[in-house]
Amino acid sequence: MAKITIDNLRHAYISNPTQPDHYALKHVHLDCADGGAYALLGPSGCGKTTLLNLISGLLPPSEGRILFDGIDVTHDTPEKRNIAQVFQFPVIYDTMTVYDNLAFPLRNRGVDETEIKSRVENIADMLELTATLKKRASGLTADGKQKISLGRGLVRSDVNVIMFDEPLTVIDPHLKWQLRSKLKELQQRIKRTMIYVTHDQTEALTFADQVVVMNNGEVVQTGTPIELFDKPRHTFVGHFIGSPGMNFLPCEVKGGKAIVGGKPVEAVNAKSAKSGMLELGIRPEFVSFTTKGIAADIVKVADIGRVRVVETRIASGHTIKLVVPEGQDIPTGKANISFDPTRTHVYENSWLAGDKMGAAA
Amino acid sequence: MTKTWNNGAWWLVLPVFLMVSFNALLPLMTVVNYSIQESFAANEFFWAGSRWFQELLRNPDFHASLGRQLIFTGIVLLIQIPLGLAIALCMPRKGGWASFCLVLMALPLLVPWNVVGSMWNIMALPDIGLLGKGLNSIGINYNYTRQPMAAWFTVILMDVWHWTSLVVLLCYAGLVSIPDAYYQAAKIDGARPWAVFRYIQLPKLKHVLTIAILLRFMDSFMIYTEVIVLTGGGPGSTTKFLSVDLVQKALGGFDLGPAAAFSLVYFLIILALSWLFYTLMMREEAH
Repeated sequence: MAKITIDNLRHAYISNPTQPDHYALKHVHLDCADGGAYALLGPSGCGKTTLLNLISGLLPPSEGRILFDGIDVTHDTPEKRNIAQVFQFPVIYDTMTVYDNLAFPLRNRGVDETEIKSRVENIADMLELTATLKKRASGLTADGKQKISLGRGLVRSDVNVIMFDEPLTVIDPHLKWQLRSKLKELQQRIKRTMIYVTHDQTEALTFADQVVVMNNGEVVQTGTPIELFDKPRHTFVGHFIGSPGMNFLPCEVKGGKAIVGGKPVEAVNAKSAKSGMLELGIRPEFVSFTTKGIAADIVKVADIGRVRVVETRIASGHTIKLVVPEGQDIPTGKANISFDPTRTHVYENSWLAGDKMGAAA
Repeated sequence: MTKTWNNGAWWLVLPVFLMVSFNALLPLMTVVNYSIQESFAANEFFWAGSRWFQELLRNPDFHASLGRQLIFTGIVLLIQIPLGLAIALCMPRKGGWASFCLVLMALPLLVPWNVVGSMWNIMALPDIGLLGKGLNSIGINYNYTRQPMAAWFTVILMDVWHWTSLVVLLCYAGLVSIPDAYYQAAKIDGARPWAVFRYIQLPKLKHVLTIAILLRFMDSFMIYTEVIVLTGGGPGSTTKFLSVDLVQKALGGFDLGPAAAFSLVYFLIILALSWLFYTLMMREEAH
């Protein structure tokens, strides 16, 4: 187990990068606490798998350092870093039994057979693989194989970090949920540092204590699922997390208030906004119908189960979405909407106004 | 729901059936026909029953050719399969060198068989050939037209040169299709290169190796042209393999009956051994 520090890391797949666009990973600085559950979340091609492979040592970084418990491991092999990784597609040793698969990493390290037996049995029990131990691994279903991949990481008691690279991609939907809760349960039980890469927000938000949102080779925000929901630091996080995503409206700021469609709106950080492109951000969950407020036309209502999503259009032509709980009436045609002032934020050049990270960018 | 049966569709299979009949079934049945009759002059045939088969199976010359054939094929497989696999493992997977190696490897396969025979014939000549002269000049007494061991050495060397590439190309194709994640997982699990070969590469290559062994078995068991051009079956009959023996019987002696019986037995041996190889290699799949 280890605390992981990613110190000013950059990576380019080409040999002589000159422009920022040449870097798959532009500039990442990150600390992962010992025993924490982290998720790297972002769209395809955002650099999350690159970051994962840099941490595991499968790729050497172009610039920067990686430290495990303060010790520089930047140039160490994956074996020396003592990490475990579960890949997108289950990797198993076809000709071996499930038992031998789980024992493989220990045998390679010269662990004694009685010790191997007790550890493998313990892990098999944890992963509910005991009944299949004597079977050939190639005969198992995809989720069983993925459990073996995970098990090979877990049998080594001294592993610094276990990494998951979109591990549920090939798992059937009804088993995905099971395996996901199993992972979370395991994480809480054994308290190992785990890093989970995914583009699925549900997977990230249910698994991780800390979610690292990435876009375009950079970390946009790191925070608990609640922080990401309540206070996205960047419009990208607002869009990417939550369904539907956050509403963003162009606005002006005058006298400490945001002006949207000619009407003043209160926002938490309106006073911090200075110049540049200003936008007002509000989650659809915190928009409600009122008697006065901004006039809007109702365009569409979609029932998505426990709630309904209402799409409205204001005079300026911008769309605002609302999430309306079951049982509440939805006006037809014209309506007035208002925003919860404690949940409304102003964004300056796409960054949360007055935020440290925004100022740096 | 009832299915409509339309037997008219069988007519569509007719052209293929006719073609197969003319190029496989009819010739084979003609051979079967010859093998149970005795022929005189042009068109006189007499019933011979199983006489040719009995004679063939008791014939010491046939036993000797079969023995030579089995030893030759055995040696060829034992050299070409491991060597081909080893070369494929050493070849680069990416970049310009990969293409260069592939072209280099494919070259021997593009040379016509009789040309291969002539090339080695000339190269191995003890007085003027590069190989023959070279060996003699460093003090090794080498003459493949007179020494049985030298003849065997040359025939095997020629076959290895000509056909190892096929094994290399098949294994190479198998190796490049193994996803990177397997190698990465092995690295993380701390596997040594031998373990990577034994538990990842070899199992993943099982199918291509089966194909390579079957192809090399069948081809080497039927080797004819190169041997005829290189040694003509000699010196004496030390490199007279089954096909050489058969052609001598059929064309040289005009013994249609015995030659036909020979062909059928030859064919059945190849069929039986191929089946055996295939079943042995695929055995574990059934479990």
